[in-house]
Amino acid sequence: MFNTPDHHLGGVTFNGGVIIGSDSRASIGGYYVSSKTINKLIQVHDRIFCCIAGSLADAQAVTKAAKFQISFHSIQMESPPLVKAAASVLRELCYNNKEELQAGFITAGWDRKKGPQVYTVALGGMLLSQPFTIGGSGSTYIYGYADAKYKPDMSKEECLQFATNALALAMGRDNVSGGVAHLVVITEEGVEHVVIPGDKLPKFHDE
Amino acid sequence: MALSNVLETPASGFNFENVSRNVALDGLLEGGHTKAPKPMKTGTTIAGVVCKDGVVLGADTRATSGEVVADKMCAKIHYISPNMYCCGAGTAADTEKTTDLLSSNLTIFSMTSGRNPRVVMAVNILQDMLFRYKGQIGASLILGGVDCTGNHLYTVGPYGSIDNVPYLAMGSGDLAALGILEDRFKPNMELEEAKELVRDAIHSGIMSDLGSGNNIDICVITKQGVDYIRPYQESEYKDKRQRRYKYRPGTTSILTEKIVPLELEVVQETVQRMHTA
Repeated sequence: MFNTPDHHLGGVTFNGGVIIGSDSRASIGGYYVSSKTINKLIQVHDRIFCCIAGSLADAQAVTKAAKFQISFHSIQMESPPLVKAAASVLRELCYNNKEELQAGFITAGWDRKKGPQVYTVALGGMLLSQPFTIGGSGSTYIYGYADAKYKPDMSKEECLQFATNALALAMGRDNVSGGVAHLVVITEEGVEHVVIPGDKLPKFHDE
Repeated sequence: MALSNVLETPASGFNFENVSRNVALDGLLEGGHTKAPKPMKTGTTIAGVVCKDGVVLGADTRATSGEVVADKMCAKIHYISPNMYCCGAGTAADTEKTTDLLSSNLTIFSMTSGRNPRVVMAVNILQDMLFRYKGQIGASLILGGVDCTGNHLYTVGPYGSIDNVPYLAMGSGDLAALGILEDRFKPNMELEEAKELVRDAIHSGIMSDLGSGNNIDICVITKQGVDYIRPYQESEYKDKRQRRYKYRPGTTSILTEKIVPLELEVVQETVQRMHTA
């Protein structure tokens, strides 16, 4: 039995930046919460974050290797890496080791060439670029909400509200998601980390 | 990391040749009266707490081999470096060797670089090693230490997952200990309060878990130094020996005696000078 943070996470682009969010629960076998405060939003470069899902050990090992490779690539190129490059590094690691690994990622960030972007790297190594994406076990409960409520070119506040609501709804329905909601807002200016404790999340008919 | 195998370079990965041998042996022994010995596990309660002045680690002292208590005074808090100690749960040999290896490598590192190792470095080394062995090394570790960046407590799972937390319990008695820690932990506790909390957590594990028992060890790490209190508290359930179990000389009578001198002759003598420059 290993630690799995396969819970709920998402990345959304807005006008001028991108928000990546996740819950903070890691479980073993879906019946024991091994950590209520696990960090699933890993910074792989100054303006690029990646959200982990799947086996905690595998995801941490892959992001460690990816962090090094992205950093090295950035030094060689003498410029900050593209978000696509970071997502590609993760994809290479996942695809080439797909027999041994069980980890998926959502990479979100900002770069000078294309601005805010969100990429999904699935379990087997598929790489997909989308304006917004959700993933993890809790995501199944909010596909309807996300598809209905997402609008392109939202403002930062609207986007924060959208991401918070999505996380709250998923955490409310999925038993392996929970804890606090972590949100990271990435723009050209910098990175802002918002933490919302479970009891401060928006409530939806919760008695 | 440098390995000290002098005779030959070992093949990479684990060697599972003995699995078929063990299965065959089990078959032989099952028919007879004896059973193959089970590996020694530390069915354990270990806990750690970060307090205002440092880190307090605690452990019980029972090591089990199947249903038998193999060691009543097992040391589960392992030395890593002057400012770091590591509690280990899982297979006893794995935790011993992993922490030993880590300790040696960190000593070499601090000698060559001239820097004191940081807790986060030790955690990274452990994570890399355990992930590489894909969970075959059954070591669940609690690493605690004080360095220039502060007081740290990390958990390292057998598959290589890590987490940085202010309080922690692991081992078979972890749920019992966690109950105590969840109830009474507060950030920035005083040292004495933290020691009592850890003691109570381990005690709860000892009482509620069959795999944990005997005495409680406590290790307090602060900027000033380390206080390894072993045992912090002895078990109240110690039994007194009923009789003397030492055999006095002459218990076994000698019936016959035969002396055969070994004839040795010097065949070759070589002298080699040692240059100790």
